Amino acid sequence: MHSILVEKFARQSLRALRFNLFSAPSAVKLFFAFFAVRTMRSTEIAHLLKLEWQLDRRQKHAWGSMALYVVSTVYVCYQGVRHLSETPIWNALFWIILLFAAFNALGRSFQRENSGRQLYLYTLASPRSVVLARTIYNAITMAVLSLLSLAAYALFIGSAPLEGAQMGTFILVVMAGGVGFALVLTLISALAARAGNGIGLMAILGFPIVLPMLLSVMKASKLALDGMGWDVTGKYVIWLLLIDVITVVLAWLLFPYLWRD
Amino acid sequence: MKGWWWKGLSVVLLLYVVIVGLRTPLGPALVHVSVERIAPGEVSFEVTGYNTHFKENAPHLWLENDGQKVCATSVTPISDAAVSVTFTVPQGLRESMTSIRAWDVKDGPLVLHEAFFTEGRGTGITETPCAIQETARTSFAFPNRAILNETIRNLFFHVPMWFTMMVLMTISFWQSLRVLRTGDLGADRMALSAVDVSLLFAALGLITGSIWARATWGNWWTSDPKLNGAAVTVLIYAAYLILRGSIPDGHKRARLAAIYNIFAYVLMFVFIMVLPRLTDSLHPGNGGNPAFSSYDLDSSLRALFYPAVIGWILLGVWAYTLHLRVSRLKALSDDASD
Repeated sequence: MHSILVEKFARQSLRALRFNLFSAPSAVKLFFAFFAVRTMRSTEIAHLLKLEWQLDRRQKHAWGSMALYVVSTVYVCYQGVRHLSETPIWNALFWIILLFAAFNALGRSFQRENSGRQLYLYTLASPRSVVLARTIYNAITMAVLSLLSLAAYALFIGSAPLEGAQMGTFILVVMAGGVGFALVLTLISALAARAGNGIGLMAILGFPIVLPMLLSVMKASKLALDGMGWDVTGKYVIWLLLIDVITVVLAWLLFPYLWRD
Repeated sequence: MKGWWWKGLSVVLLLYVVIVGLRTPLGPALVHVSVERIAPGEVSFEVTGYNTHFKENAPHLWLENDGQKVCATSVTPISDAAVSVTFTVPQGLRESMTSIRAWDVKDGPLVLHEAFFTEGRGTGITETPCAIQETARTSFAFPNRAILNETIRNLFFHVPMWFTMMVLMTISFWQSLRVLRTGDLGADRMALSAVDVSLLFAALGLITGSIWARATWGNWWTSDPKLNGAAVTVLIYAAYLILRGSIPDGHKRARLAAIYNIFAYVLMFVFIMVLPRLTDSLHPGNGGNPAFSSYDLDSSLRALFYPAVIGWILLGVWAYTLHLRVSRLKALSDDASD
């Protein structure tokens, strides 16, 4: 009985949300929104995730190009500096590489849709499922890519700064940073693709929004490299999570307006 | 009169702020002592004041070493801003930094903390305080603070610029919500006008802040969370304008720009509110620095600061309505020429 009521409640709230986002008081809507996410088309999102995965498997060059981008950037840096042992520079260079890798990887997130397939998706799935699936997929991509970048970077540029580091915290911060970039840049990438102006516009739109996130994550990873534990870096990661949550909620609210044409 | 009284109000308030804010003197203060350390025995030196009235008011000066007071044996005013004093420093003073205090009828109590070092080896003395009844200063003046000095007046210009920018960006945010709700191009024009004018105020805020930073911290720009926040804000809205420029179709431009505006505005607010509190900052209001309240506590500043905020915000909104009218007329004339 109880579960039926909850389901009915969620369904109603979902209908209200889809009908008109602006008709109910916003606090009420946000409350309903979280309810709706829980019961919302998780199968749809799962299917969309599978679709993304299949698309990427079919176009193997996509993953290859991301990996190649990271490795070649790291290699260029290696040619420039050989080995770096100063922690602040090592840290800064790593985040610069990861940031541009993120722009490069996420820039194509909405570019590869030709309008035919987009229309097809539009008729099949709700836009919110599309953006959530894309966000989750991008987050996973960036988590993997950030670890890959770290491995390539440590291999070429040297792992001296890692020796005194809190490795667990550092890797957590690196992954949190990569995932954070993914969450923020997903909507931006969709916007840039919609504006019909590719990666150039995405860098302009995305950079100022990513910058504060980058600053805090750089600081956190620097602290982790200096051997500070979770008690010091924790507040930065929690702050990052706060941005992540806000970003996802905003993307979830705004994407339907972006999607329809 | 109806509908534009607030424009008059903004002009009146800003005239008041400019005239009173720039003409009110700083309160008197002691700024310099001609010696760095003193030893027991007869000591003479010169004390420099700022906006003080030594010549006419026969000031009293005394030392304060670890809370113990020693009155000057002779005080000779050289000018209104300088006085020559002689102390008979007793043997028993403790070895520590010593403050110098002064009082006269017109300037009230003055103090220069940690003015010099006392080379005593003692454990305390019997105090010889000056036999005076200290009264407070009654004239209207701004607080005279070390480092800030005369630049304290920038409070009425620098801070309200950012407040005005925030108000205009909030207007823009609200109009962007309306764009998404109704698809109204008029709302889009309002959002754009508000951003244009807010960027002007951001530029003014940066310029006034930069001058202030140069005068107080010694640099035009420092890497500070609050300053980074300001830079991010300006970059975000510059990107907003570039996004608009890259989309030819009016309705699509309105919608995409509105989405970016809402996204950026909410995130920007989170950054500006939270980020400066995470790290240390030179800027007031962050990282353990005294916030506004310590300035606001002074009623003379408050009497200027609040009118300044209201005046600048009203002026900003006025500029926005003018800008909006121009852009409406432009759109009309474009339609006519098509």
